[in-house]
Parts: sequence; structure tokens; C-alpha cells
Amino acid sequence: MSTFAPADQKPVAAYVPAKARLSSVQLWGMLFLAPYVLVFAVFVIFPVCFGLYLARQPQSYIRLFEDPVFSRAVVNTLVFLVIGINVKMAIALMLSGFFVQKRPWIKALSVLFILPWAVPSIPTLLSFRFMLNPEWGLINSIIFRLTQQDGPNWLNNPTLALSLGITVHIWKSLPFWTLILISGRLAIPDELYEAAAVDGASEWQKFRFITWASMKTLYITCTILSMIWTLGDFNSIYLLTGGGPGDLTHVLSTLGIRYLRLDEVGMSMASVVCALPLVIPLVYFMTKRLAK
Amino acid sequence: MAPQNGPQNGYSLRTLGTDAKLLLIGIPVFLWTIAPIYHLFLFAISPKESALGGKMWPDHPTLQNFRIVFMQQHYYLSHFWRQLWNSLFIAVTTGLVTLFVATTAAFAISRLRAKGGGLVMNFALFTYLIPAAFLAIPIYKTMGAYGLINHQWSLILAMVTIATPYAIWVLKQASDKLPYELDESARIDGATTLQLFRLIYLPLMMPSLVAVGTYALLLAWNEYLYAFLLLSKETDITLGVALGNFLAADDSPWEILMATGFIYALPPAAIYYAVKRYMVGGLTAGAVKS
Repeated sequence: MSTFAPADQKPVAAYVPAKARLSSVQLWGMLFLAPYVLVFAVFVIFPVCFGLYLARQPQSYIRLFEDPVFSRAVVNTLVFLVIGINVKMAIALMLSGFFVQKRPWIKALSVLFILPWAVPSIPTLLSFRFMLNPEWGLINSIIFRLTQQDGPNWLNNPTLALSLGITVHIWKSLPFWTLILISGRLAIPDELYEAAAVDGASEWQKFRFITWASMKTLYITCTILSMIWTLGDFNSIYLLTGGGPGDLTHVLSTLGIRYLRLDEVGMSMASVVCALPLVIPLVYFMTKRLAK
Repeated sequence: MAPQNGPQNGYSLRTLGTDAKLLLIGIPVFLWTIAPIYHLFLFAISPKESALGGKMWPDHPTLQNFRIVFMQQHYYLSHFWRQLWNSLFIAVTTGLVTLFVATTAAFAISRLRAKGGGLVMNFALFTYLIPAAFLAIPIYKTMGAYGLINHQWSLILAMVTIATPYAIWVLKQASDKLPYELDESARIDGATTLQLFRLIYLPLMMPSLVAVGTYALLLAWNEYLYAFLLLSKETDITLGVALGNFLAADDSPWEILMATGFIYALPPAAIYYAVKRYMVGGLTAGAVKS
């Protein structure tokens, strides 16, 4: 068929419109990209530069480092990260194994299990706060009924209060990570388990050599992503303890807001800048990973 | 019941044993998940005296608290309907603006292969990953510089900024899966870029658009930090901020606060379950690629 077509017609016909079309498409491309570029410039680039400008004075850092609330917040943040994330991810890994079991009641439970993640923080975290009220909270009422003793004043003890902050953080974010790890588990082919069963592998061996081996990368990625988001978790501490008692339970994400409320904008931004050495490498690593 | 009754019965006995073991996990998981939500509900239907009595179920459950909320009969709730409307307006507008910004960007990057699209994509991902609490202070100061503080648009624009990067990313993933020949043949049929976008791209992307729009809407509805930083007038604030304001009082009416909180928590839960089909696929697949 091609032998009947004139030899010179094809390249010419394709060439001219292709070039014209390309530039027009590129023009439309820029036009379509413009709204986001605008949003990005006005609400990301400018604020970040403005923020760095506000954080420029060395005095802010000197005062920050001299503030005992800051050093306490750094320690709290590290405790929050290390304990919060590892406990949460370990439970999520375990629960993902529970939720992939095929039982109608487990299916029903999984629908309910998403709730903490789906509903807003403020009503549920306030509910936690009231449950922990030392005088009339539900938890101390139960403790009193069972033991005839008064329960602890939960949020008045900095160690207890921070642990409870970590607990509500886990309560809120556990469903999301469990969901992700469930999808990881479902991607493992059944044949692997069947073959292992034929070989007489124990449950532990199946977990170690099939489940964990298949999910290790996903688990590590999730852990890093969770680290970034946990660093930015403002609600758990702020709504439960408000940073108290005596400013002893602040973390970096609530500390900046505390300084802002005290009208210390320089210190507020400086405290954010101090978190950057931790945030930037993690964010950079995750961007690379996700962009792949 | 005896195991010698045959393999069928033996099998179900074993299942029963596994079920019992699974229940050892299931019951604590159930209690852990539901406790604060049940407590919220319990307070909402309790008269004040029994709410503080540490009971698991009120002697006289009542809808009185809801009536007080709906009739705006408490000092803290004199603008309840207005604040509920604010939450709704801000959430819906955020969803729509995010959809507009993210869809055009994803179309440009994925279908038009706009120059610099890859770079924009990386910046977007970077923004998505920066914890929102750390951007809050610069954005707050910037909104001040733009003169937008205490305008609802400051919160809408902040929420759009936070929701867009992830939305673009999810939409780009979905849009890369559409065959490129589709665009080619549409162009051969004489479709302009706008027609391609409107008549072919948008209809095909509908499920992802629902997921992304809902994501942005829920993000804005559930937001507390930005809302409380950017808005302060009683008649401008969202219901979430109004709830937070209860905390300032020494003698907070907890049962009314919880009734309001329950009302505030219902829509996102309902929306989530209504569009779960779209969201779980789109969002979890998007959240972490393994």
C-alpha cells in the first residue's frame, strides 16, 4: 500500500502541523500549570522566604537555647518520635495480619476501626481529655469503683501526660498505617504461604521469611513518612495537654505556636528552623522515593 | 461436639479455636477504637448530673443537649448555625478550588507534558511532605502581610495550598494510566486542548476527582491549627475552633460541648463511608508506593 503513496508526501504533511501543534500544546501546558505555580509562589515560596527572614536574628536562637522549655520540647519530641512511631508501626504490622483474616466479624470491625482516622481530632481528643479528668472522668470513676482508691491526676504529671499524648497520637493515626500495611500484605502471593506450609514451616518462619521479607521496604518507607508526619502532629499534644503541666509536655510543633501566642515571632520561627535539620533530610529522601 | 463426629465437625472446631484466639485481639481492638467515640456519644445524650457520674449508660438518656445546641441556647453556642455554615463553606470551597488547581496541573504535567512539569511535580511532593504544623507560622505571618487574616479566604487558601500537592500527585498517577493514544486520536479528530480536557480527560478521571475533592474537603473540615490561627471573630470561625474555645472556660458545659462535637464529627464520618470505594483505592495506593 505504501508503494502507491508519493514518497515525499508523508514527511511534509506530518512535519509542519507537528511543529505548530507542539508549541500550541506547550502554551496550553503553561496555562494549565499556571494556577498551581501561582499558589506555590504566593503561599509556599513567599511564606518560606518570609519565615526565614523573620528567623534571621541570632538573638532569637540564643534566647531559644537558653529557654528550658525549648530543650524540654526537643527531648519530648525525640521521645514522642522514637516511642510513638515504633509502637504504632509494630501494632499496625500486627493488626494488618489480624485484619486480613477472612471472617465476617473482622470485616465489620475493620469498618469501625477506620473511625479514629476519619473523624476530626478535636471532638475525640477532647473526649479523651474528659475521660482523664481526675475528679469526674470516666477512667478514674472506673478505677475508684474497682479499687476504692482515687486514680492518678493523669494530665498533671508531665511523664504521664506525655505518654498519654503519644497514646492519643497512636489512637488517631494507627488506622491509616494499618490500612497501608494491609494493602502490603494483600500483595503477597498466596502460593508463597502454600509452599511454605508444604515445607512444614512454622508460623514464625512464615512471618519471618515471607511476610517480613516482602514488607520490609514498605515498612521502612512507612516509618520514615510517619516520622515526618509525627513531627508535625500539633493536635495530639495541644488538645490533650496544651503543653502543660508547666510547659513540660511541649513538642517542636506546639512550641512554635506557643511563642507565637507570646508574641515572640522571631523565637517562633527560630524554633521551626531548629527542626529543619531533622525535617529536610527526611523530606528529601521521601520525595526521591515517591517521585520514582 | 465431640471431635470423633467427623472431619466436618473437627474443622469447625478448629475454626472456633482460631476465632477464640482472634477474639483475644478483636475485643481489645474494638474497645480501644470505640472508647473515646462512645464517650463522646455518652456525654452528648447525658443530662449534666449523670454525665459527670462516671456511668456507662445514662439513667435518663436525653436529646436535650442537642436541642440546646440547635436552638443556640448556650452562651458558647450563640453562633452555632453560623459556625456550622462556615465549616461547610470553607470545606466545600477548599474542595472545589483544590480540584481546579490540581486537575489543571495534573493535566498539564501528565497529558500536555508541559516543560518544567517534572520540576513542579517535585516541588509539589516536597510541599506535601513538609509537616503542616511547621508551615503554619510562616503562612500565618504571610496572611497577615497579605491582609487576609480573619478573612475566611485565608483559611481556604491555606487549606488549598496544603491539599493541592497531594491531590496533584494522586491525579498524576491516575492520569498517567490513561492511554496516550486517546489524546492522539482526539487531536486527529480535530479536538482542541480545551475540548480534550473537558470532553475526554475530565470524564475519564471522575473517580479520582471524587477521591481528591473529598480528601481536600475533609482536610479543611477537620482542620484545627490553621483555623484557630487564621480566624478569630465569633461569626467567622469554624465549628472546630468554636469547640476549642470551650477549653478556655473553667466551668465548661462538657455535655453540650460533646453534643456539638458529635454533630461536628458526623459529616466527615458519613462522607468517608459514602465515598470509601473511591477513597481507599485512590488514597492508600497514592500514599505509599512500595
